[in-house]
Amino acid sequence: MSIPVLMPALSPTMTEGKLAKWHVKVGDVVKSGQVICEIETDKATMEVEAVDEGTVAQILVEESAEGVAVNTPICILAAEGESVADAAKSAPAAAPATAPKAEAPAAVARAAAPAAPRVTAAAPPATPAPAAEPEWKGKTVHITVREALRDAMAEEMRKDGQVFLMGEEVAQYQGAYKISQGLLEEFGERRVIDTPITEHGFTGLGVGAAFGGLKPIVEFMTFNFAMQAMDQIINSASKTHYMSGGQMTCPIVFRGPNGAAARVAAQHSQCYASWYAHCPGLRVLAPWSAADAKGLLKAAIRDPNPVIFLENEILYGQSFDVPEDPDFILPIGKAKIERAGKDVTIVAFSIMVGKALNAAEELAKQGIDAEVINLRSLRPFDTETIVNSVKKTNRLVSVEEGWPFAGIGAELAAQMMEHAFDWLDAPVKRVHGVDVPLPYAANLERMALPQPANIVEAARAVCNR
Amino acid sequence: MAKPAIKPKDESLPAGSKPPAKSPSPGDNSASAGQLKSYYRDMLLIRRFEERAGQLYGMGLIGGFCHLYIGQEAVVVGMQSTIDAKDSIVTSYRDHGHMLAAGMDPKGVMSELTGRSTGYSKGKGGSMHMFSREKNFYGGHGIVGAQVPIGTGLAFVHKYNGDKNVALTYFGDGSANQGQVYEAMNMAALWKLPVVYIIENNRYGMGTSVERASATTELYRHGEAFGISGERVDGMDVLAVRTAGEKAVEYARGGKGPYILEMQTYRYRGHSMSDPAKYRTKEEVDKYRNERDPIDHVRKLLLDEKKSDEAALKAVDAEIRKIVNDAAEYAQHSPEPDPSELWTDVLVEA
Repeated sequence: MSIPVLMPALSPTMTEGKLAKWHVKVGDVVKSGQVICEIETDKATMEVEAVDEGTVAQILVEESAEGVAVNTPICILAAEGESVADAAKSAPAAAPATAPKAEAPAAVARAAAPAAPRVTAAAPPATPAPAAEPEWKGKTVHITVREALRDAMAEEMRKDGQVFLMGEEVAQYQGAYKISQGLLEEFGERRVIDTPITEHGFTGLGVGAAFGGLKPIVEFMTFNFAMQAMDQIINSASKTHYMSGGQMTCPIVFRGPNGAAARVAAQHSQCYASWYAHCPGLRVLAPWSAADAKGLLKAAIRDPNPVIFLENEILYGQSFDVPEDPDFILPIGKAKIERAGKDVTIVAFSIMVGKALNAAEELAKQGIDAEVINLRSLRPFDTETIVNSVKKTNRLVSVEEGWPFAGIGAELAAQMMEHAFDWLDAPVKRVHGVDVPLPYAANLERMALPQPANIVEAARAVCNR
Repeated sequence: MAKPAIKPKDESLPAGSKPPAKSPSPGDNSASAGQLKSYYRDMLLIRRFEERAGQLYGMGLIGGFCHLYIGQEAVVVGMQSTIDAKDSIVTSYRDHGHMLAAGMDPKGVMSELTGRSTGYSKGKGGSMHMFSREKNFYGGHGIVGAQVPIGTGLAFVHKYNGDKNVALTYFGDGSANQGQVYEAMNMAALWKLPVVYIIENNRYGMGTSVERASATTELYRHGEAFGISGERVDGMDVLAVRTAGEKAVEYARGGKGPYILEMQTYRYRGHSMSDPAKYRTKEEVDKYRNERDPIDHVRKLLLDEKKSDEAALKAVDAEIRKIVNDAAEYAQHSPEPDPSELWTDVLVEA
């Protein structure tokens, strides 16, 4: 059988090139890997190596020919046991080498190439609705968000020996914000691990451990420092399940305080919610209350996917009622109506839920009955709960600490355009952090962050009051 | 902490100089006929597979980036001969050779290259992103250096589970300047993790020679700051690789912590398929191909020591050719992924 050697492409965009030089002539025996000719484009010169072995039966494109189309047969090899003359006879007609637009003999090279891609799967399949949230009616205990987070980790670590905690100061120091208090004592240094201050490295190490079957909880002292580790979080953790066709999993939780603390200025005060929520392959949670913190962190640790768990330093010391039931857990992907109302929907997450509730009290005094929704989960996003609320109130205010451009509020507004346009009586209004790096001075910092008064004002505006 | 066993001589080569005539770390040549034949076969499979991949790329059947391993075969074949099936492996995007050496099916690898549903990643990963849980092959990573903390994490798993397995973490001279590599080395040494760092020094990070990229070109000494022992190995000699590999793997498996092997190797082809190759001379490439080829080396050993003969080697060549041809056929005739696959495997649905 004769073997045609085709004009190769040096890059996916190359369509033609010059056959600069032949290194073999008719009658030569070529071996795999042997350089048979050189080709040139405006960008590069490349030696063409033989892949198949055989004897050169015919040269189809002369040396120095320009504009040779990719996949044009350039020579014919006679396979072992075949005569050169027979091989030459069976050769396809030589392509006109200088015709730049000469069509590649598709029959030879492209016969097996796939057909043009069908563009049929334009819409994602409907996401399954999260399991309905059971009502927890039993006894409750009044604990801080800090204690709730610690309890969630301790309970999951007792349950599953593959769960471990690593991060800066999580062990001997008991946590920079005392979240891991008592964990070293209970679980020992094998499972509660102080890392050096190397976010990129220990995040990658955690991702590798998750690929290898463990269930790491990686604490970032704050999410500002996770910027160092962004490559491992996005490129390694979030994409590998997809890139492996579902073969690899990365069950890991990245947690720590996100957003502004108090008077620590721009590099330590940023909300990363929209950064992570942008990325498929991640789950992104943002608890507000201690019950959120405990129920969602337990769910995050059990989830087989990478989870970004955005806490808030100011909330750590705040106390809330948490169900005592040892099986208490919250579903991922379900927003919660914290206050029912009929006049306007206020959507918030993390610390802004508290501010929104304060605003709702003030609005009530002014005769506006606000419904406050605590998002809890940013990816997946519970559009359904918000749309149902808007169908009732016909007005929507979004509240976030982060910047407005491409923020969570921007996404919320787009979702409402798509899913609740006909139900809105006023444009969606966004309350957000001022579009500047967060200043240090107390007065400027206060001005830069959303306050209940801003929410009241926005709610009044959408209600035309 | 073990004292770094640093070799005193610096035999790093300035750009364009002669390749080392003798192995800086001479291997034990007392391989059995069976071992030599298996190294020959495994290296030849990689060589022929890569040549075919290059051809399919030239035909437009493989897209995107395609980084060939031709010239470096002795590194992975020698190292794989030193580990067990339960040890973990991770590498960069120049990964086809590692997958074949790890025992992954050439059909599945080639089909991934052509973006077909029968590929290891169902056509969703491509050349740089393939995995095999079965073979403990953890990728295939496209970001330079990212696999180093990941491999260190795999070693962490082995230590955590107390299973006495090791993680082989391959990376290139280009990665050797990445910050995360040193963050990972620090933790590996600090926690005595069972990881062997294999630096495949093919002398060029894309088009930049080691001398133009690394302030110190003795890459095997790059763990010294953390007390990690290292040595330089002739990566064109599969037996030298094996000897050094056995020592490093035993060290890591014994709980002594990480070890660095700098493999001096050479890639004959460009960094990727669209490499203009203006940064090195043709003479340099030819010198390696003609004088230091790892496959010719083993072939010569087999024949000189009468451990095989031309006819037997020809039969191996024919067997490999058939495997590669079958893989290429399979990869060209397998279907593309179903459109519904666009949406699958984003998350594990609990």
